[in-house]
Amino acid sequence: MEGLNVPLNHILLVASMLFAIGMLGLMIRRNIIFILMSLEVMLNAAALAFVAAGAHWGQADGQIMFMLILSVAAAEVAVGLGLVLQVQRRFKSLDMDNANRMKG
Amino acid sequence: MRDMIWLIPLLPMLSSISLMIFSGRLPKTLVAFMGAGSVALSALLTLLFAVNFLNNPEPVQLTLWTWIEVGSFNPGVAFYLDGLTLVMMSIITGVGFLIHLFSTEFMQDDDSYARYFAYLNMFVAAMLILVMADNLLLLYLGWEGVGVCSYLLVGFWYQSSDNGKAARKAFIVTRIGDTAMALGLFLLFSELGTLNIQAMGEVARTTWQVGDTMPLIACLLLLAGAAGKSAQLPLQTWLPDAMAGPTPVSALIHAATMVTAGVYLIARTHDLFLLAPTAMMTVAILGLATSLMAAFTALTQFDIKRILAYSTISQIGYMFLALGVGAWGAGIFHLMTHAFFKALLFLGSGAIIHCLHHEHDIFKMGGLRTILPVVFWSFIIGSAALAALPLSSGFFSKDQILLSAYLMPGVGPWLWFGGLVGALLTAIYSFRLVFVVFFGSVKTKPDNSPGLRMAIPLTVLCALAVVGGYFTIPVAEVFPPLGDHHPAFWVEAVSIAVPIVGVAIAYAVFLGGQLKVDGLKNATSGLRQFWFSHWGMDWLYDRVFVRPYYGLANLLSSEPLDRLYELVVSASQKLNQYLSDTQTGRMRSYVGSMIFGLIFVLALSLGVL
Repeated sequence: MEGLNVPLNHILLVASMLFAIGMLGLMIRRNIIFILMSLEVMLNAAALAFVAAGAHWGQADGQIMFMLILSVAAAEVAVGLGLVLQVQRRFKSLDMDNANRMKG
Repeated sequence: MRDMIWLIPLLPMLSSISLMIFSGRLPKTLVAFMGAGSVALSALLTLLFAVNFLNNPEPVQLTLWTWIEVGSFNPGVAFYLDGLTLVMMSIITGVGFLIHLFSTEFMQDDDSYARYFAYLNMFVAAMLILVMADNLLLLYLGWEGVGVCSYLLVGFWYQSSDNGKAARKAFIVTRIGDTAMALGLFLLFSELGTLNIQAMGEVARTTWQVGDTMPLIACLLLLAGAAGKSAQLPLQTWLPDAMAGPTPVSALIHAATMVTAGVYLIARTHDLFLLAPTAMMTVAILGLATSLMAAFTALTQFDIKRILAYSTISQIGYMFLALGVGAWGAGIFHLMTHAFFKALLFLGSGAIIHCLHHEHDIFKMGGLRTILPVVFWSFIIGSAALAALPLSSGFFSKDQILLSAYLMPGVGPWLWFGGLVGALLTAIYSFRLVFVVFFGSVKTKPDNSPGLRMAIPLTVLCALAVVGGYFTIPVAEVFPPLGDHHPAFWVEAVSIAVPIVGVAIAYAVFLGGQLKVDGLKNATSGLRQFWFSHWGMDWLYDRVFVRPYYGLANLLSSEPLDRLYELVVSASQKLNQYLSDTQTGRMRSYVGSMIFGLIFVLALSLGVL
């Protein structure tokens, strides 16, 4: 694989930054849509790390893992958006902090 | 006849139970007939039995049924009647009947007439069971029964809290003795394997040697029980307070019968006491000490019933002295004469109190000689017997005791001398009572005079107190014979003279005025105060037992040990609160804490921290 030659460390750094950003979003956002988006970001950070590692060692496993994560993310979004609809219907808002009635 | 003896305790018990059931719904006349009548029937049956027994002095053993059967432990509800039992039964039913008769008038105006007779009958039944029992367990049943009745009757006028206190004191103090006695019974059963009194004596004689430790311990435990019931040192403090009950009760329970239960117990178990000379010595010394202490106290009292109460303690002390020196017969003889003259004195004082608007203070009485002649003669005869003036009944019995004490080897003369001092004091305080109450000027006018139902018992008891000394009690078979020694003539002469001197002193001080004792009185006011409080025993017990006990109870009522466990509870509750506060239901904070935890663990595992 010639041409674009980015060191692995840089990619992993980007991946971990993405992960941290997603996590931060998860922690500070209250809107459930943004929480879901942050989750996507975190998943993609992990996927990026897999792809980079697969490219580094010339293995296909990384890309397989990426496909897996992609499908998991799709499933997750399907369930997540269903929940979003329920939350919106029940609480008339998308603020997650409102949905704390069970203190669980 | 001999199979019918179970009727004797049954009749008063039936009467008592029916009075309890129908209490308050029966007319007073019927109550009086049931109460006094049942005891009269018992007395009659006892008389029949006595005639039968004296013709054929063979002890009667009658087993009604087996009470408990556990292994080798099978005490029966069984009676054993010999001369000693007969004497006790005659006193209980005879004197008991006279007191019941007296009560029918004395309590006439009381609202709880039926309750009174129910208790009184129950007492007679329990006391009969006590003396008729052939084993110590049944005896103990009667023993506790009389204790309960005593409690109920001391606190009979329960509206006043002082009476309740006196009743509780009587019950608790005697309980201390009862507990010791129960321990004694356990010990005797585990050592001898039987509680049957006759069998026990024989087994004990073969198992134990004279002077062994085991009989000594058993006898001391029995002695503690006897001391509690019979108001002897150191458990005598309840008796003066027990005077809170109606006066006939004091006469029946706290003078004539119940308090002699201890004397009976020791006499009944004399086989054991003979194996423990130290215990017998203890009995004699305790008796003498109690007798002297109570005599000094009686000298300073001014409540007519308390004087008689202390004189009772003192006289029972004499009985213990007699038992202690082995003069069993003399002790029982004094028990009988004492029952006559002390019941007489108490009923006499009851008559005075009844006629004088419940006045108890002898210095507020006076000049009653001509106004209440029956009572006056009762007191003259009763006090003469109490002081043991020659030819009265008390003279014969007390003389026997003193002479037997003198013959005791070793300390005998000292016991005799102590007894003489007691006799002198007895003569002084009993005639002080007579002179102050019946002579001099009239201070309180009686508002009525005793009726027939009071006068008859007094007259009969007067007769008994005079001739009682000539009775021969059939106990020679029961007790081991005494040696036929006679002390020197001067000993007998002094024993006879001392009470007369005492009466003369009382006359000179309280009536004739030949002896002026004001100076002496003032000089010894502290000492008299000390005697008045019965040697400060109540004060001492209050400080040593009652108050520390109350203090401890107070301390424990706040349950200090629970503090520790409450600490555990409150700590876990606090912790629970802190932890449940973290459960906010906010996902963001969960995520935050998860991540911090993760970072922490990561840092730890990477060796950064």
